[in-house]
Amino acid sequence: MAERDLLVEIGLEEMPARFIEGGMKQLEDKLTAWLDEKRIGHGLARTYATPRRLAVVVEAVADRQTDVEEEVRGPAERIAVAEDGSWTKAAQGFARKQGISVDQLQLQEHKGENYVFAKKHEKGQETSTLLYEGLAEVLGSIHFPKSMRWGSRRTRFIRPIRWLVCLYGEDSVPVEWAGVTADNRTWGHRFLGGETQLTAPSDYVGALREQSVWVDVEERREEIRKQLRQLEQQHGWNIPVDEKLLDEVTHLVEIPTAFYGTFHESFLELPAAVLITSMREHQRYFPVESRDGQLLPYFVSVRNGDDRSLDKVAQGNEKVLSARLADARFFYEEDRKLPIEEAVRKLDDVVYFENLGTVGDQVERIRYLVAEWARRLSLDEATRAILSRAAEISKFDLSTLMVDEFPELSGVMGAEYAAKAGEQTEVARAVLEHHYPRFAGDRLPEGIVGTLISLADKMDAVVSAFAVGIQPTGSQDPYGLRRRASGVVHILAGRDLGNLSLDRLLDDCLQRLETDDWLQREQQQVKEELLHFFRLRLKTLLQEKGIRYDVIDAVLASDIAYPQLVLERAQVLTENVAKEEFKSVVEAFSRVANLSAKGDPEAKVNGDLLDLWAERELYAAITSAARSFASAEEQQDAQGMFEAIAQLAPVIHRFFDDVLVMAEDKATRNNRLSLLRDIDRLTHRFADFNKIVFAS
Amino acid sequence: MPAGQVGWNRGKPPVPMERPSIGVEGFLYCREFEVGTVNIQDIILKLQTYWSAQGCVLAQPYDVEKGAGTMNPMTFLRCLGPEPWNVAYVEPSRRPSDGRYGENPNRVYQHHQFQVIMKPSPDNIQDLYLDSLKELGINPLEHDIRFVEDNWENPAMGAAGLGWEVWLDGMEVTQFTYFQQIGGQDADPVSVELTYGLERLASYIQDKENIYDLTWVDGVSYGDIFKQPEYEHSKYSFEVSETEKLFRWFDDYEQEAMRALEENLVFAAYDYVLKCSHTFNLLDARGAISVSERTGYLARVRKLARRSAQKYVEERERLGFPMLKEGGVQHG
Repeated sequence: MAERDLLVEIGLEEMPARFIEGGMKQLEDKLTAWLDEKRIGHGLARTYATPRRLAVVVEAVADRQTDVEEEVRGPAERIAVAEDGSWTKAAQGFARKQGISVDQLQLQEHKGENYVFAKKHEKGQETSTLLYEGLAEVLGSIHFPKSMRWGSRRTRFIRPIRWLVCLYGEDSVPVEWAGVTADNRTWGHRFLGGETQLTAPSDYVGALREQSVWVDVEERREEIRKQLRQLEQQHGWNIPVDEKLLDEVTHLVEIPTAFYGTFHESFLELPAAVLITSMREHQRYFPVESRDGQLLPYFVSVRNGDDRSLDKVAQGNEKVLSARLADARFFYEEDRKLPIEEAVRKLDDVVYFENLGTVGDQVERIRYLVAEWARRLSLDEATRAILSRAAEISKFDLSTLMVDEFPELSGVMGAEYAAKAGEQTEVARAVLEHHYPRFAGDRLPEGIVGTLISLADKMDAVVSAFAVGIQPTGSQDPYGLRRRASGVVHILAGRDLGNLSLDRLLDDCLQRLETDDWLQREQQQVKEELLHFFRLRLKTLLQEKGIRYDVIDAVLASDIAYPQLVLERAQVLTENVAKEEFKSVVEAFSRVANLSAKGDPEAKVNGDLLDLWAERELYAAITSAARSFASAEEQQDAQGMFEAIAQLAPVIHRFFDDVLVMAEDKATRNNRLSLLRDIDRLTHRFADFNKIVFAS
Repeated sequence: MPAGQVGWNRGKPPVPMERPSIGVEGFLYCREFEVGTVNIQDIILKLQTYWSAQGCVLAQPYDVEKGAGTMNPMTFLRCLGPEPWNVAYVEPSRRPSDGRYGENPNRVYQHHQFQVIMKPSPDNIQDLYLDSLKELGINPLEHDIRFVEDNWENPAMGAAGLGWEVWLDGMEVTQFTYFQQIGGQDADPVSVELTYGLERLASYIQDKENIYDLTWVDGVSYGDIFKQPEYEHSKYSFEVSETEKLFRWFDDYEQEAMRALEENLVFAAYDYVLKCSHTFNLLDARGAISVSERTGYLARVRKLARRSAQKYVEERERLGFPMLKEGGVQHG
């Protein structure tokens, strides 16, 4: 069987950079899955992409499907063969259905009786035929989060499809899809290249390189990096590479040429974050620093083309950036004229989200919540005063022109403006810090003030959304509720917040919404949904910490009120699962759990009914363990909690050795079951040990 | 191309491009321009001549106030239904909140869009567009031209589309949109809309920082024509307009639009939809509409826009879609 390489290239109008990686992956996955499904052998696949094309080369694709040998059992001999030895109607029908003649039927024994068998040999079809018939459907199954139609066509895709290449070895396969017919012609760079004919898939990268297109994404990315390094060396600069920006720029060009431009030095008076954001968000420029990290009045951009007339391109970009920075300066100056009190008042005109009033209303809730929590934590007067002021102005920068232009600068600008307006340092810092953590792996707020406002802000957003029935579904989370809930869990797991439990925070948020009449659903129902939601976030956190899945399941089946304690319980379990004696602990608890379910959940243990020594020993042990457990729990000491219950294990084993739980006498039996139930309840306050998995 | 445009390609022979671009027959030629010499009037004439040659009807600006060329019935209504339609026109577009009393170098109460609609969108539309830039003397080999993702949405008109903003050396000079929905209806076939920002394009070509310094035609600047109206419209919109009257007008226009729709007079009704929309913009500039009211007013405009869209398609259908050529639009 011969093997040839296969190239598929979809030629498009410019795709949005953010969807290109996903498109490449889908093209590769769907094509190779299809080859597998069709029993077409193949080697490695490699994907390529530029803004105008998605391509995949699959090596060594077999030119035929593998053949199939199939054996189908038909009717039994007594039904298939007539008395005179001829084939009956039943046999003839079976042969017809299998597409063979009766001569080809064979008799064979199956489970002690003879049956008719049809042996079929299906020869594999040619790959080029299968491609011709099936490729359009494979390509049509590529989906994008935002797709469109164009012209009079029915096809939906990320952007209009303009050409298609399907080259199998040296032959093009004229697949028809989305109004185009595949052949071996592709197009180079829009301005520097032209139409070109490919002779073989292995030709792809080289042939397009001649048409000024670098199809290999990694190669383009590294080329840009190299050019940035060159500019650094030539000018003695430092160009910090924001990887997300580098990814985006890589997907905006077919052939990269980095160049630099300059802006007026007077713009350096603006906060660095403003300059950097303006350059990055509006223009996809890399900011330039001196070797010691000071922002310089230069920028670096990457042109989609060669170095012809680069000075003209640079000039045009300079002009655009100057206008942008002039706007930013205008915003900065205007914002500083706006008194903070006025900015806070304006929040009453900003809609928070559907059915939940204004941002002003949310700020009121945040102020209430942090005051409540400060009281529970017994914070001192001075801290409470800072907390109150910081909460009051936590959102004022949403009224500023700069944040309206660059929403991602909320917090940064607030802290800047607050400090300039003479607010206390801690207040200004909390205006920034209450946004942390902004994404997975981001820093947590340092001070207690920022921490509490961050909790109140995120918690309120999640709870109030649930209160009006807005919940993330599948991959849809338009209000970032998962991110916020995850922030809450990370703060609770990473900061010591005394008696502030997750339950407490939830109840306070719900209570306040109820008081303000925002709660549109039944409170208990909402709380259960929220607990489930937070449990999942906590699960993710534990996974991030590298905890084993069975340990995660075990601790999450228990109480999650204190995420820090949940994490510590998981760590204690993780240390213990490796130890030999732990198995005996789990066995003990599992035997308890299995039996205790049979008892009456309400009945109390009657000490007078315990007459055997082993059961009296267990009764005494559990009473003492419960006491040590409670005191360790009070201290949030996971190790102590574990030790308190672990020492029950040998006593439990002795109990099972010496005592027949299911005694004849009903009262004795029930009493023993109640004893086991108490142990089970106690161990469950640490984890559900039944979920721990041991390698067999 | 009219020969001998003032200030255009003086004495230089056409320079052939190194390679033809795709989908266009024959070789294309590109002219160099001397920075600072092409006036706005030239730009308009060149775009008109070019798009006329591509089969577009050259329409004139519509005589009812509007915020964008998209709202001209030549776009909003004609892009509905199955009939093919190609049109190009200049649209002076009013946005009262953007008024800056003639003092801001970039922001204005009224700016000019050059609008092109092709329905259904042709397969070589990007090349057609790039060739129009070449007609303006912009040689793509000497610039960085990019198509940067831009998804457009006008909820008040129930309209949405996907496409790009076109960057010329980092400056957005055109919005390029494939309409997916208009007046709440799926666009079928899909129209493509090209909106050139004439002031942007001219400030790039003429290398001017301030919009009022642009040359409209030799001897007449943009400021000569528009500075006074900019000041007066800004003053009126922000300080002088009478809120009570505007609210009343909004209600009246809305009722009149409904009444005309009931009489199946969609073009007449649509004029009042535009008037509602402009009146809303005036109220908004005056700060007369609170956050909570805003949604309600926008919903009222959207409802009118949707009804007009439905009615337009019904009426065209009743007339047998007269612009559908034999066999209609092919679905591929």
